[in-house]
Amino acid sequence: MIIKDRNELIDKRQSFFNELEKQKKKIYVCAGTGCVAGGSLEIYAKLKNILEEKQIPCEILLDIEKEGDKVGLKQSGCHGFCEMGPLLRIEPAKLLYLKVSVDDCEEIIEKSILKDEVIDRLVYKKNGVSYPMQEEIPFYKNQKRLVLEDCGQIDAESIEEYIAYGGYSALEKCLFDITEEDIIKIISDSTLRGRGGGGFPAGRKWTQVRLQKDSVKYVVCNGDEGDPGAFMDRSIMEGDPHKMLEGMMIAGVASGAKEGYIYVRAEYPLAVKRLKQAIDDAKRIGILGENILGTDFSFDIKIVKGAGAFVCGEGSALTVSIEGDRGMPRVKPPRTVEQGLYGKPTLLNNVETFANVPMIIKNGADWYKSIGQEKSPGTKAFALTGNIENTGLIEVPMGTTLREIIFDIGGGVRNGKAFKAVQIGGPSGGCLTEEHLDLPLDFDSLKKVGAMIGSGGLVVMDEDTCMVEVARFFMNFTQNESCGKCVPCREGTRRMREILERIVQGKGKLEDLDILEQLAQTITATALCGLGKTAANPVVSTLKYFKDEYIAHIVDKKCPTKTCQALRTIYIDEELCKGCTKCSRICPVNAISGKVKEPFVINQDKCIKCGACIDSCSFNAIKEA
Amino acid sequence: MKQTIEYEKIDEILAQHSNQKPPIVAILQDIQEEYRYLPKEIFPYLSEKLKVSIAKIYSVATFYENFSLSPKGEYIIKICDGTACHVRKSIPILDALRKELKLYEGKNTTDDLKFTVETVSCLGACGLAPVITVNDKVYAAMTPEKAVKLLNELRNGEGK
Repeated sequence: MIIKDRNELIDKRQSFFNELEKQKKKIYVCAGTGCVAGGSLEIYAKLKNILEEKQIPCEILLDIEKEGDKVGLKQSGCHGFCEMGPLLRIEPAKLLYLKVSVDDCEEIIEKSILKDEVIDRLVYKKNGVSYPMQEEIPFYKNQKRLVLEDCGQIDAESIEEYIAYGGYSALEKCLFDITEEDIIKIISDSTLRGRGGGGFPAGRKWTQVRLQKDSVKYVVCNGDEGDPGAFMDRSIMEGDPHKMLEGMMIAGVASGAKEGYIYVRAEYPLAVKRLKQAIDDAKRIGILGENILGTDFSFDIKIVKGAGAFVCGEGSALTVSIEGDRGMPRVKPPRTVEQGLYGKPTLLNNVETFANVPMIIKNGADWYKSIGQEKSPGTKAFALTGNIENTGLIEVPMGTTLREIIFDIGGGVRNGKAFKAVQIGGPSGGCLTEEHLDLPLDFDSLKKVGAMIGSGGLVVMDEDTCMVEVARFFMNFTQNESCGKCVPCREGTRRMREILERIVQGKGKLEDLDILEQLAQTITATALCGLGKTAANPVVSTLKYFKDEYIAHIVDKKCPTKTCQALRTIYIDEELCKGCTKCSRICPVNAISGKVKEPFVINQDKCIKCGACIDSCSFNAIKEA
Repeated sequence: MKQTIEYEKIDEILAQHSNQKPPIVAILQDIQEEYRYLPKEIFPYLSEKLKVSIAKIYSVATFYENFSLSPKGEYIIKICDGTACHVRKSIPILDALRKELKLYEGKNTTDDLKFTVETVSCLGACGLAPVITVNDKVYAAMTPEKAVKLLNELRNGEGK
């Protein structure tokens, strides 16, 4: 079935919609990476089984021919509340069931599908209050989900459902109602800024590609979400792939490109699978291919899998990686908009940026600017992780404060611990502390305090997190990922890592702190690409806000949070030790000795501070100083 | 344990990649999928077929983390050491598995080619931290004890 023209698309949209209306109850089983790991596909299979056994008319694929009421059973994308998975949403009641297991399926069908009862055991509870409806749960209530609107609320593998709910109508508008210049004007007027980290105005980029004289141009989508602790783009690719494809196609119309590439991390197999299916489906009905909807616009999209190099998230490295070479950044200019993929003008945006495009085209620039901050309009998706109560994927208007995100949406720090810092922007970003909790999060205000929004990873750290160790962790990451092309990054990050390793080993000197700062300045000023230029950020910001921790490691030879193994001192409390010998048997280096039924002692010269004895002691007699 | 290389298979893979420029990365990915590693013996063959130097192919193969020039185990266990997993203690899991399999930094695969243990920078399943994957299947909220238990199940051929 190829949709030949606009009228046919409009007809199809209506008939898909009517068909969905016949599904009096809809079950959305979350099939994002998180919930799949929790067993959601087994739950899906079980539900299907029960529906068939009970001969309840159910619909997996939209089938316009089928008459009568039925139950729709769907695999949706990530709902975002990963901590509580596997998740299951029931419409039209908008129920969200948490931590669902295969054993709950029978009851769900009996009570919530055949009847309209709520199973209280499966709904979210906080402070004794039950929240059966998804939108009422504090985690969701305080969000504004626009880009992620459909994630979890439509079938991630059905192009029909995407179309039924207004999908590809923005593309339709671009092909029939407005000119290429109009598209660029709407995107420019909306002041949409790239969501990949830099915050470069998308409209300016699109204009530049459009102005290039080459007959061959490319649209490239950066899905190489390499920041550890970030999974916004993965969730969009998995949960709402067509939204992103539509955004890429609109970019194709506007810039004059006929071919698009999506560069996806190989670590995201499910995203690759869903994108492949989305592209195949779009080709099947003629949304992608030659002469789309009977116009002279033709467009094709290919998927290229990354091979595990963080630096390929940088534009020029990404394009050479698509070409099949070592993904190393090059000196600019020429910039990607002039000479990108295969030396041709290339419009490169990330997943979330493209996913913003259809709604901006549909609703206009003024609508978009009414959301968020004046200079950073719209919303931003964040991956909220680390020591936080509600881990997951969230979306809030730009300018929301950290306090709202961490405490209202995130539910505060895990296990009632005190908040210490949040690392924003991954290995290129910085940490923010207590004093920044009321800072509005947007591109410019974060830059002022030495952090960046980056792609949107927020890793919350509690009082037990050692900031020096965190700095070492990030420096180790960047060092491993440094491509080796330019000296400041290749050698500089290595020296910084060595120094940080010395400090966490208790072998640091005070001069090391000055050397760290000097190295940081040099690398930032002279490295070739963004990876190098920002590599020192975690060190600079932890040095700024947690210098006392560095000093404790260096001068007092103590790790205040008792994280750094080499700086631990483990001893046995004589009062509590019963002389049971268990610890001496467990010690891997035979550092513990003593007489049976008398207090044992640890030989500090032999002790490797592994802590095995602490866990083994039944009397809590082994302690850390 | 050396694998015999079927050059027809390699030709098949090459035939699927006709492009303006040979996409070395994609070709190597497909070959690795077939053999679970990149046998160095095929580099001269590829070089001739693709009309690029062996050095070039080698340079691409060694640049990317995902390529391995030595055989990998039947079960590839990846321990996520992304930030979220790291702060929720992923390294003790790595240590426990290494200890159990007598592996260490620099030796990632058991001699019987049954298991490979490696770290990966972020699997993007941060909500479930710490996670590990076994041949791409994700296991959530792991602990060293759970990981060793899983390992034993794999050894006995129970887990898949």
